Amino acid sequence: MYRIRFHGRGGQGMKTAGRILGTAFFLAGFEVQDAPRYGAERRGAPIFAYVRASRNPIFERGIISRPDLIIVADDHLPAMPGSGVLAGAGEQTVFLIYSNEEASLWQERLNLQGSVFTLPPLAENELRFRGAACAGGAAALLAELDVELLAEAVREEIDPLGSELVADNLEVALAAYAALAVNRGTVHEGGPVSAIDYASPDWLKLPCEETLLSAPAIHAPATSEMSQTGLWRSERPLIDESRCKRCWWICSTFCPDGAIQVDEERRPHIDYGHCKGCMVCLNQCPTHAITAVPEEEAAAQGEKP
Amino acid sequence: MNRKLLTGNGAAAWGARLARIDYLPAFPITPQTEIIETLSNWIEGQELECRMVTLESEHSMLTAAGAAAVTGVRVFTATSSQGLLYAAEMLYTVAGWRVPLVLVNVSRGLSSPITLEPDHNDVLAMRDCGFLQLHCATCQEVLDNLLIAYRLAEHPRVRLPVLVNLDGFYLSFTREPVQIPSQREVDRFLPPFEAGSISFRGGEPLSEGVTVLEGSAYSYFRYQAHLASLEGIAVYEELGQEFAKLFGWDYSALECYCSEDAEIVLVMIGSFATKAKEAVDRLRETGRKIGLVRPRLVRPFPVAALRQALAGKKGVAVIDQNLSPGKGGILHGELASVLYGTPEAPAVLASFVGGLGGRDISSEEFFEIHKVVQRAVATGITPEPQLLYTEEELRSLRKMQSVARAVRSNQGGGA
Ligand code: SF4
Ligand code: SF4
Repeated sequence: MYRIRFHGRGGQGMKTAGRILGTAFFLAGFEVQDAPRYGAERRGAPIFAYVRASRNPIFERGIISRPDLIIVADDHLPAMPGSGVLAGAGEQTVFLIYSNEEASLWQERLNLQGSVFTLPPLAENELRFRGAACAGGAAALLAELDVELLAEAVREEIDPLGSELVADNLEVALAAYAALAVNRGTVHEGGPVSAIDYASPDWLKLPCEETLLSAPAIHAPATSEMSQTGLWRSERPLIDESRCKRCWWICSTFCPDGAIQVDEERRPHIDYGHCKGCMVCLNQCPTHAITAVPEEEAAAQGEKP
Repeated sequence: MNRKLLTGNGAAAWGARLARIDYLPAFPITPQTEIIETLSNWIEGQELECRMVTLESEHSMLTAAGAAAVTGVRVFTATSSQGLLYAAEMLYTVAGWRVPLVLVNVSRGLSSPITLEPDHNDVLAMRDCGFLQLHCATCQEVLDNLLIAYRLAEHPRVRLPVLVNLDGFYLSFTREPVQIPSQREVDRFLPPFEAGSISFRGGEPLSEGVTVLEGSAYSYFRYQAHLASLEGIAVYEELGQEFAKLFGWDYSALECYCSEDAEIVLVMIGSFATKAKEAVDRLRETGRKIGLVRPRLVRPFPVAALRQALAGKKGVAVIDQNLSPGKGGILHGELASVLYGTPEAPAVLASFVGGLGGRDISSEEFFEIHKVVQRAVATGITPEPQLLYTEEELRSLRKMQSVARAVRSNQGGGA
């Protein structure tokens, strides 16, 4: 059985990527199971999607703990606490990382044992097509999936989202496929878990603990500050001081994360440690003073986060 | 027949569509909303002729569903978790009206603490309301059981509403290959509802759910609902056979997987049972005599079939994806009442609680459950109930607890 995990963030098309790959397998005659996995839906938050494909009926279900292929759609994710990108990766696990950096660099940086490939952004406005790119790249590494199956799967999955989107997504997916086609068949199907020499789960007898500990309450104040939601951002809102009318409250009131503070001169300041890049402020500002800049670009321009 | 990848929610919507539902009262809640969205798109696109009404709560939604069912139209609605509990009063009430309708519940753990992921405390909290309960393990079962559910609910010997349960995320958002029958094929199995006496109309008075202020009449009516529910077992079996003739695969109140010659049997409901099947296959490869018995019907509970399937087994492990605080796993207690005092009752009936709030149950844990029960069979000592929860999990919980109790100078309220 192939067990494949896509890691990205809300808004990067991971659900679509998983569905394209799942449909390609299905069209190739495989039994398939695919699903996205997220909490309360939040743009920018780490999410993953998984695909299982097998010639036999699939009884496994839920999270994949021993992946054969991990696709990382955002190269900031591995460093992000709790993203779970590396979970269960072993010698057989192939990595496909959507990144401008060298594969060897990632191999070393993350101490990966299996093969690593990178897929640099191929398209203008690539964020819109990242799902298709990742699905195309993944398909290229799988011996049973060819260009025709990939193209049909892209059509089938993208068409319901808007027929005008098909052509561009198709182009991106096929370009990603072509870029990695020389590595076709690198990913191998993993076997089942052995029922003989398995690692016993270390179950415990849960003791009864005092209520202060055992009731689901947070006694410490302002703990949300400790969660660096700024790491979720793929685009950064920038306030153009010359256009800002210092209306004082609109952007700061609408920001769902309270990430905009207004100083005594009524000037708004964005706390980029917590701004998650939802662009609610951009949509609300009456003078159009706020623009969205891709995070990489903002960082490269030396804008300090 | 058209084989397609569908989510559990998609399969539920297809089931309702193919059942040619007439009336759809709706209120949103994760992870169920997609079912209603799909149906409303079809209604909008005139692919489905159905009246959809949005209500202001699940309580009203169920009231509307019951009131429409009294007129003899085919009614479908769906909810989840807190929504099901909010509608609880009306579930009991509508069941007492003895009219057919189908309610899908997409299982999700109950608050508090809040979660979006599944376990079965929501649906089992409605165990005693009078609705029949069908529990699905795959997306295919969701579609098929919706069709069967209407036949069951509308059957003259039953005439009770039916709840079809599917697990949030593990089915609701998971795509699997599903055979979608054609409308023509479905029409042969599920023709339009001949409502007969269920025909409330304006100008033709009918009093539903009347007052009976003394216990004798109350006992009669309540017990009649019980007897009608029990009829549902045989009716489900009949329908399962009829379904097989038309579609090629059958349904029975119990799914028995490798259990016939098994010495140790796992018992569980819902989609995690397919994980158990995977573990059974692996253990069988190593020569272990293990099987799985999965009730599809939870109400009515297929007591006779369970007794037969478990007679003479050495050990049974009940894996409950629910918890009754102060007692333990609900299904374990049900199984004990089924087996106690029967001549060939298994000596060991062990209780495991796992998968609460969507926590995974790994293959290794199924292997370990087998090992624990095997040991119990050898020693004759039934183990204490075990929560599937590891040292590793407690360590990560301790991190959360330390944050939750940290002394912080920042009191919030802005920098
Ligand atoms: S509203 Fe603006 S400042 Fe607030 S999180 Fe969203 S993008 Fe960031
Ligand atoms: S809403 Fe626009 S104009 Fe008002 S303070 Fe924010 S950036 Fe300035």
